[in-house]
Amino acid sequence: MTRAPWRWLAAFVIACLVVTRVPAAVDPLPFKDHAEEVRFQNLAKQLRCLVCQNENLQDSSAPLAADLRREVFKQMQAGKSDAQIKSWLTERYSDFVLYDPPLRTGTWLLWFGPLLIVLVGALVVAATIRKRSLAHRNSAPPATPEDDW
Amino acid sequence: MNTRLLPLLGFLLLLALLGFGIWWSSTHDLREVPSPLIDKPAPQFSLPLLEFPTRSFGSKDLAGEPYLLNVFASWCFACRDEHPILMQQGKRLGIRLVGFNYKDEAADAKRWLAQYGNPYDVVIADLPGKVAIDFGVTGAPESFLVDGNGIIRYKHISPITPEVIERELLPRIAAMRGGGP
Amino acid sequence: MIPELGQFALILALVLALLQCVLPLIGAQRGNAALIAVARPAVAGQAVFVITAFALLTWSFLSQDFSVAYVAQHSNSMLPWFYRFSGVWGAHEGSLLLWILILAIWSVAVAAFSHKLPDDFMARVLGVLGFISAGFLLFTLLTSNPFARVLPAPADGIDLNPMLQDPGLIMHPPMLYTGYVGFSVAFAFAIAALLGGELDVRWVRWSRPWTNVAWAFLTLGIAIGSWWAYYTLGWGGWWFWDPVENASFMPWLVGTALIHSQAVTEKRGSFRAWTLLLAIFAFSLSLLGTFLVRSGVLTSVHAFATDPKRGVFILAFLAVVVGGSLLVYALRAPKVAGGEPFAVVSRETALLVNNLMFACAAAMVLLGTLYPILGDALSLGRVSVGPPYFAFMFILLMLPVVVLLPFGPFLHWRSAELGKAARKLLPALAGAGLATALAWWLVGDLPWKALAGTAAALWIGLGIVLFAFARWRGAAAGRRYTPEMLGMICAHLGVAVFVAGVLIVESTSIERDVRMVPGARVEIGTLSFQFDGVHDARGPNFSAQQGTLQVFEGGRRIATLSPQKRQYLRNSQVQTEAALKPGLVRDLYVALGEPVGGDGAWAVRIYVKPFVRWIWLGALLMMLGGFIAASDRRFRVYAATRKPAGASDEPAAVEPPAPGHGARA
Repeated sequence: MTRAPWRWLAAFVIACLVVTRVPAAVDPLPFKDHAEEVRFQNLAKQLRCLVCQNENLQDSSAPLAADLRREVFKQMQAGKSDAQIKSWLTERYSDFVLYDPPLRTGTWLLWFGPLLIVLVGALVVAATIRKRSLAHRNSAPPATPEDDW
Repeated sequence: MNTRLLPLLGFLLLLALLGFGIWWSSTHDLREVPSPLIDKPAPQFSLPLLEFPTRSFGSKDLAGEPYLLNVFASWCFACRDEHPILMQQGKRLGIRLVGFNYKDEAADAKRWLAQYGNPYDVVIADLPGKVAIDFGVTGAPESFLVDGNGIIRYKHISPITPEVIERELLPRIAAMRGGGP
Repeated sequence: MIPELGQFALILALVLALLQCVLPLIGAQRGNAALIAVARPAVAGQAVFVITAFALLTWSFLSQDFSVAYVAQHSNSMLPWFYRFSGVWGAHEGSLLLWILILAIWSVAVAAFSHKLPDDFMARVLGVLGFISAGFLLFTLLTSNPFARVLPAPADGIDLNPMLQDPGLIMHPPMLYTGYVGFSVAFAFAIAALLGGELDVRWVRWSRPWTNVAWAFLTLGIAIGSWWAYYTLGWGGWWFWDPVENASFMPWLVGTALIHSQAVTEKRGSFRAWTLLLAIFAFSLSLLGTFLVRSGVLTSVHAFATDPKRGVFILAFLAVVVGGSLLVYALRAPKVAGGEPFAVVSRETALLVNNLMFACAAAMVLLGTLYPILGDALSLGRVSVGPPYFAFMFILLMLPVVVLLPFGPFLHWRSAELGKAARKLLPALAGAGLATALAWWLVGDLPWKALAGTAAALWIGLGIVLFAFARWRGAAAGRRYTPEMLGMICAHLGVAVFVAGVLIVESTSIERDVRMVPGARVEIGTLSFQFDGVHDARGPNFSAQQGTLQVFEGGRRIATLSPQKRQYLRNSQVQTEAALKPGLVRDLYVALGEPVGGDGAWAVRIYVKPFVRWIWLGALLMMLGGFIAASDRRFRVYAATRKPAGASDEPAAVEPPAPGHGARA
């Protein structure tokens, strides 16, 4: 697999385009009420289709996506919780199937990185404001009234 | 240190990451889903035989001896590239070769095997694709190497090549025979 | 012959771009007027040849010259002429040529409208633009030649990807690229200022209108792209946080920070280094976007066909341009904080917080987008980072922006009173609270997101209207609104409209997948959708099955929708064409699935999307604001007749150097 996967990859992509690229996976399932349908849609949108490009399970028209939607639906009927269904899927397809990556060692940076950036940025901003406001207190008020714009 | 240098340093890190990205994406398939089943027991299953749909065949029949489960289908382009390799070198593996016919009409699959030859010791059919989900199959071809204790030791996505047989499969099979039961 | 001429024109353009880069830069450094004078003619000449090349490729498409490989792959004899025209930028090679064309047009505009700027400054600006252009021309000629021949020529072409056969494609890339590429002007101004050591605030004033216009085009381009995805992909979504979308969103976020920080630097002389850095970042992220889309390092719904060689080239170019400019920044950026001091409560502080949040949002999007690569690099395990992550983080980061935005215009430069501003904003707070309570009481169980959307939109919208009123009453006629201020009001109203649209549609839209036999009805709320069956239809290059659905409300028919499922004749690709009835407060949207069962039944997907138009309406208002602000005459006062209030042109001597926190001062 290290030496030129291109030929195979190209065939795979073409297969994807020709066989499964029927946009809009419209898949009526026998929901018992609208609340269940909404729950299903919300769950399916958090799951990644594993075959084609970057699509969620709800929107993908790949045959595997259809199979997985049926399976998710069946488990929902059987009274499984969203978390149970997700872990059933990750046991088979790894965390790759989740668009909402779970918090674990490998995703620590992903989930806390933005917070870290904000904290560091806020420190720099606070220091700047402090420095400038000290200078402001020491400086004389402007001689002429200033226009705001 | 001059803080004015920080953006440049950050950018160099980003550049390294992007360079890695180019190398990685040209040697790997980015859609390849890693299998969490490696070194875990293969799922229990029982499926009809392609030739005799009334007879079922499953993990019980496979227990005790290592085998290679090869997912194929008549609609799969890449399987056509893989097939001659299995025909020529499948016997070299020295273990049972189980054909896993995935989401395929039985008639199509039989015609396909008649045309290109049948390298398998046994062919099972999963038309609804249910067992395939248990194996974490995302497409065809894919292959699973299972040892005598029913543990999945290796998964290969994409066609098997002579290199894969030489570098990945044969050493693992040898190790199973050496160390395992 | 025509394609060869095109290629030759590109080679000549490359030569002129190199001249435009090298000679004026040397001239500016040595004070050589003759070399400086090369800049403008070189820009004009380069533009002539780039336009020629683009016209010749367009001609190859229109005349259906399938001996050109690019035409053969992305056109077809049955393709209508307007899609043959837009097919020019329908894939990698041609869209790259469009990139170069737009850069040439921006360069000509800069050369033409900046006669009053100092010659050596302009020489440096045009030199930097020439360098960028040369890089892209070289990239095209070496790795992505659109004029390459295929011999023998095929009898017919393969066809343009059906998804791209849409009016959206005619508009989306040109607008988006105009925005992307437009940031190169602010970038070139920043680099020219750094190279020339003219780090006063003049370069900022000169570059502000260019930045605003580029930002406005980028806003429009992204909005059109979102609208296009909404109705062509057939999924009813308007934003997917796909890597390609993120690639255009990151420059937008940094560009938004930039237009705000430029205001501070120009008016008060503060944050000079930070503004320089943002100008570099905005364009660097545009280049990074080009890399992400064309190198294949990420999987995406709509990435271009990729080739590692292209990735390596763009990466090298990225290293030179961004690395080089950050090096220049490290060496030449002002080491001391300049400009007027300000109090803790002041407009400077407010804009600094704005910059912090937008920069962090861009960093978050970058982190999420690149995390899969990072995961592979550090063996953290493969993860998918998708909409749930981005939406959660983005809302969190934008929360302070939404809360603080109405305060901004009410806070004075230098020093302000928070209590005074808050008292002035009290009616907005009361209005938002009351209306939200009313909505909750009238409609009943609304999701919290919809209520939050209503409250946030009214808070921002009323806050801005209050500011406009205060200005009307407080200032003398004729001096009430500057174009800059009007632009700000317009763009911030756009934010209000956008926020309302996003939060309401995300929380209250309804989606149903149903199996319908002809004559069947589906009730959704007060609406009733009746399916009248499917019949065959034909287009110029496709055959289709067209469904008919009538929509009734209160016994009255309000719409007839005709979604199609198209089969393109040439490459047998299937494409669903959704049908929708747009409305200011609600879109009705249907898409056709597959026939199910033998009784003429079809799978149909129905959406009701309240307030979805407000998303694009808000974006259009923001765009308009950008254009209005750019039209301010003040930016075109070139002579130093009137210094901006309080901004000193010399580095301020009142403060000590600040080695610790200089990067953002």
